[in-house]
Amino acid sequence: MTTVPVNELGDTNVNTDEDPRQRAQLVLNHEDFGSVTDDILKANESSRAPKSWYFALAVSFCMMSLLGVMIGYLIFTGVGVWGNNNPVAWGYPIVNFVFWVGIGHAGTLISAILFLFRQKWRTAINRFAEAMTIFAVICAGTFPGIHIGRIWLAYWLFPIPNQMDMWPQFRSPLLWDVFAVGTYFTVSLLFWYLGMIPDLATMRDRATSKAKQIAYGIFSLGWRGSMRHWHRYERAYLLLAALATPLVLSVHSVVSFDFAVAQLPGWHTTIFPPYFVAGAIFSGFAMVMTLAIPARQLWGLKNFITKRHLENMCKIILLTGSMVGYAYSMEFFIAWYSGEIYESFTFINRAFGPYSWAYWIMVSCNVITPQIFWFKKARNSIAIMFTASLLVNVGMWFERFVIVVTSLANDFLPSSWGIYEPTWVDVLTFFGSFGLFMTFFLLFIRYLPILAIAEVKAVMPLADPHGHGHSYYEMEGETAESAKALEEDE
Amino acid sequence: MTQQRFTFPRWTNLALPAIIIVGVTTPLYIAVVVAYGFSPQATDVGYMPEQPIPFSHQLHAGELGLDCRYCHNTVEETAHAAIPPTETCMNCHAQIHPQSENLQPLYESYTTGNPIEWVRVHDLAQYSYFDHSAHVTRGVSCVECHGRVDTMEVVYQKETLSMGWCLQCHRNPDPHVRNPNLVTQLDWGLDMSAAERIADSASWRKLNNLNPSQDCSTCHR
Repeated sequence: MTTVPVNELGDTNVNTDEDPRQRAQLVLNHEDFGSVTDDILKANESSRAPKSWYFALAVSFCMMSLLGVMIGYLIFTGVGVWGNNNPVAWGYPIVNFVFWVGIGHAGTLISAILFLFRQKWRTAINRFAEAMTIFAVICAGTFPGIHIGRIWLAYWLFPIPNQMDMWPQFRSPLLWDVFAVGTYFTVSLLFWYLGMIPDLATMRDRATSKAKQIAYGIFSLGWRGSMRHWHRYERAYLLLAALATPLVLSVHSVVSFDFAVAQLPGWHTTIFPPYFVAGAIFSGFAMVMTLAIPARQLWGLKNFITKRHLENMCKIILLTGSMVGYAYSMEFFIAWYSGEIYESFTFINRAFGPYSWAYWIMVSCNVITPQIFWFKKARNSIAIMFTASLLVNVGMWFERFVIVVTSLANDFLPSSWGIYEPTWVDVLTFFGSFGLFMTFFLLFIRYLPILAIAEVKAVMPLADPHGHGHSYYEMEGETAESAKALEEDE
Repeated sequence: MTQQRFTFPRWTNLALPAIIIVGVTTPLYIAVVVAYGFSPQATDVGYMPEQPIPFSHQLHAGELGLDCRYCHNTVEETAHAAIPPTETCMNCHAQIHPQSENLQPLYESYTTGNPIEWVRVHDLAQYSYFDHSAHVTRGVSCVECHGRVDTMEVVYQKETLSMGWCLQCHRNPDPHVRNPNLVTQLDWGLDMSAAERIADSASWRKLNNLNPSQDCSTCHR
């Protein structure tokens, strides 16, 4: 039996030291594959979830019900219950839509782009990041759906032949959004499900009740783990990753067109697509972190979602946060450099006008907060990164609020200016959307494999035995044969 | 793991053919539903309600040659094409067939002053604004929407009156326009070839500078 290499401090729980002689371990304290499966599925297979899970589910479910009540109230009364009005016709619903779509970006980035770049650390976080993506896109899709006012006409969003001979406006980015988000949701769902099939089969094989055996049996689609299955699975996964990669960039670019294609000062800028994509990845990673930290605690996954994973996410948050900060300053620069009075006014108004409080919340949360991750201490402190991730989530919501509201509230004509005030229905609907998101997420971590079990095993040294002198086992004084034997035992 | 393994029974193998059958029949189902949507049952084409008096347009507008505007007299000035009051009928029927049993409701209405309750045939949805005068004075004949009323014993709905149907003409008005003086001559132009008819329509459209609007607010005000 081998042991995990002990770092200089003698702490087997730290893998954040950079040692150029060997790769950092991504799975800690596990020597064989069997115990990996056991530990990842421990919480799923125990007959009772932790008490905090039941509590969290109850709270989330109440919040989700609140969302349902708010939507019902909206449908039966009309959009007048919201604060949307002239001149700010896009209030909370569109802010929330962009917020949730943005969060939904990390999943595909992790699952597709990091996969294609062979970033092995993705394996521990990709599954629930994808799940989070799907739930976030569901939340996002809710808002334009109810924003249309006459919800029974929601099918007008799609180009369906009808007796009215009426088509959506193909020149409008709002229609492109329907396609972009729809495609993104479909591909993300397929990707998530496809990746889960081997793990569902694992759960099926380990299930002790008949109901579970049947349910997991149906969803694992007869997976037996044969070579042929694996071969096709790997091919399909690679293809889907390639398909999903452009979507990471396209979806939020199209969302940004909702604004950039309009003629409004503060919206009509070419920087919007890259700026929005960076912001989306930024907020997505922050949400992954917000969810990962409690989940690894609650589900006992600290050996799989290690501090190194969290540190890597901190680095991405630092990068994308700085990109967002650059975009903010570049917007200001161009507003001045263009010499356009409306554009200049809009940005001065953002920073010092009636919504300056929102603007400075945005800047301090999105630009200043992530700068703390230049320090390794901050990247290794769970408390700091959790707080920072929450602040980033707040900041990114305010970014969308600033963009949507300030440009509409004060545009070209002072006589048409107005101040936007959300109503209690707006606020509770947004609050309730977190309930929808969390309810799905909590059900997911209880009933589906939260980590990609098969993939996590593939990044363990055990999966990569070298018979010629430089393998991890050789260093520990064992032969490749014994490693192979170990593998076959599994 | 040594627990009892569940094996799916043999009949579950039917799932695959079942999925294939569903996959194949779904387009069929959609085709049937769409076909029903375009069928007269769904579009009200052919709606022919029974009227309180068996008034024959075929007799009055066809054989006798009454102009449409004799009864529907507001059609050139207002949005609504008026249904004639009892008095209009009495202009002639005070003298003609006073004893007819079919006309009893007419005389009753005349003596009591209660209008005859004609049943509306062409019932456009309330949210769509349609102006008869805008069409009739620009050379869109009655026949374009109502069909050959001069040959109908009992009036029925000839066209779907759907939005797509309105738009067909608004997008491509030819050959639906003619000399505005001829709008009530329902049998006009039948001897013309299609090309002649289109050319005539185009010339009148050009002369009167007709550019039918397709904005939402044109009809939904």
